[in-house]
Amino acid sequence: MRVEDITRYAVGALRGYRTRTLLMLLAMAIGVAAVVVLTSLGEGARRYVTDRFASLGSHLLIVIPGRAETRGGAPATLMGETPRDLTIADAMALLRSPHIRRIAPISLGGAPVSHGSRERDSAIIGTNADFLDIRHWSMAKGQFLPRGDDERAAPVCVIGATVRKELFGVQPALGEWLRIGQHRFRVIGILESEGHSIGVDTEELVMIPVAAAQTIFNNPSLFRIIIEAKSREAIANAKQDILNTISARHQGEKDVTVITQDAVLATFDRIFKALTMTVAGIAAISLAVAGILIMNVMLVAVTQRTSEIGLLKALGAPGRNILALFLSEAILLSSAGALAGMALGQLGSWLVRHFYPEVPAYAPGWAVLAALGIAIITGGVFSILPARRAARLDPVQALSRR
Amino acid sequence: MIILDGIHRAFQVGDQTVHALNGVSLRIDAGEYVAVMGPSGSGKSTLLNVMGLLDRPTAGTYHLDGHDVTTLSDEQLAATRRDKIGFVFQFFHLVPRLSAAENVELPLMLAGVDPTQRKDRVAKALAGMGLADRADHRPDQLSGGQRQRVAIARATILEPAVILADEPTGNLDQQSGRDVIAIIEELNARGIALVVVTHDSMIAGRARRRIQIVDGNVESDTVRETRES
Ligand SMILES: Nc1ncnc2c1ncn2[C@@H]1O[C@H](COP(=O)(O)OP(=O)(O)O)[C@@H](O)[C@H]1O
Ligand SMILES: [Mg+2]
Repeated sequence: MRVEDITRYAVGALRGYRTRTLLMLLAMAIGVAAVVVLTSLGEGARRYVTDRFASLGSHLLIVIPGRAETRGGAPATLMGETPRDLTIADAMALLRSPHIRRIAPISLGGAPVSHGSRERDSAIIGTNADFLDIRHWSMAKGQFLPRGDDERAAPVCVIGATVRKELFGVQPALGEWLRIGQHRFRVIGILESEGHSIGVDTEELVMIPVAAAQTIFNNPSLFRIIIEAKSREAIANAKQDILNTISARHQGEKDVTVITQDAVLATFDRIFKALTMTVAGIAAISLAVAGILIMNVMLVAVTQRTSEIGLLKALGAPGRNILALFLSEAILLSSAGALAGMALGQLGSWLVRHFYPEVPAYAPGWAVLAALGIAIITGGVFSILPARRAARLDPVQALSRR
Repeated sequence: MIILDGIHRAFQVGDQTVHALNGVSLRIDAGEYVAVMGPSGSGKSTLLNVMGLLDRPTAGTYHLDGHDVTTLSDEQLAATRRDKIGFVFQFFHLVPRLSAAENVELPLMLAGVDPTQRKDRVAKALAGMGLADRADHRPDQLSGGQRQRVAIARATILEPAVILADEPTGNLDQQSGRDVIAIIEELNARGIALVVVTHDSMIAGRARRRIQIVDGNVESDTVRETRES
């Protein structure tokens, strides 16, 4: 038999039994669409998170007081050991490293902020002038914290848009004084809204010089030091310098933890890739289910078409031809189903992107190819049994039925 | 052409063995016209199936055109069926989703005949059966007689040496039955051997040779004197 005849005959048979054809198409399509949509979600989530994390800044290192145990990962503070304070002087000492460009010490806390009769609780970040550049933030109005000696507590602050609105309403805020705890600060700038930057909402913030924050919170230790290395290549050296400098200043104790943005990014990347693989795997199970469905439907088809098979044998078709006919039917069907499923899946991820534009939900190429491949192979493999049954039918028995 | 020698065919039904054929020896020459008769269950269909290579005998030998066909493989049997034998069934066995023309085309397709030649041959075959205007009709749009004529066109499109017909008129009214018989007799006149299983003594009376089967044995095998026509 010619290949084009086998194909034409198989297509004819598929069109002759519309209900079962549509059912099988649907089963395959749903399986493939599930793989495409779920992996596009996984991939979208991965890119969403890593993009956000990358937007923290470039070549960042973060110094946290307390040593991460090599095994546990919890800083020593949690283990009951009291580390030495991480001070502003420690932070400034790090600037001597040739691999470090900028440093922003950070002191973090919350306090009531008031202006006249209006008051709200707000997150307070104490830091220095370099913070703005390290985080790539910008100002809506006025100035950021002034440059100068970080140990000096100038009574100035920069506030976010929400804080401004709640404390000042429609009144101008720049140049006005507000009260944080027992201290008075003059508003010198309003932060630009940065959308959803990881960890903080700039609109809800009040920022003051780090030394002032330490006074308010009555805590001489920094919460973090954010460091920008001179380049990507400098990150490793910067980390080494940080550990050496701190250890020299802390009587030989390397009692800080340094995490690099790259390492965190890589970790996120790994986690989300694993997640994507997992959902792809789960979705692929639906393809196997579709395969079993195909097997059943093909078995029914063989029973339904017993006399047709007997006839083909009487007309001179060897078992091999019958096998080829039924296999091509199943493979054509699963290919069509797979393609339909891919279209459906792409539509699905388009809808995700349409309704959640911030999530770049594109199914990775490997997932799409794997879904197509698995669908077609499953269709073929699961129809081997029915096709062989057809090929082995006894023609006399097959023809004895009307 | 067909030489059967001591053909047995036994079926195992539960713990019982049913002997459908009990040592049949027969010789049918090219171009013969043979009617096979006998009571129901006597083994007529089984005999035809063995002759048509659809069934293998349990014992005995079968020579077709001088070749021993009892030892052929599935593949070789299929090829021999395709090239030498045409079947006509009581229930027509047309593929319901295919048109008359496509049904007739099946043997050509299975034989891998060039598609450009097929259309012509199919059209001629259908025209020969008086069905030129029914080529695109599906079986359910045809009468019983027309269906059987499509089946005959299909059985003869590859010009077989013998046509095996198992009660070809069994499912037809008298008139259609007569038409069908007339058509296959015409094929016989062109030199195709004809083996027809029938209960209709009128049809059997037209055949030159009549074989009576009882309990899986040839009970009588008579050749009518040639009448001058
Ligand atoms: N596949 C089979 N399994 C068991 N017994 C069968 C089978 N085919 C035919 N027989 C038996 O063989 C005998 C002959 O059957 P068959 O050739 O169909 O008779 P006829 O065509 O003359 O009516 C019957 O007794 C029948 O029951
Ligand atoms: Mg019978």
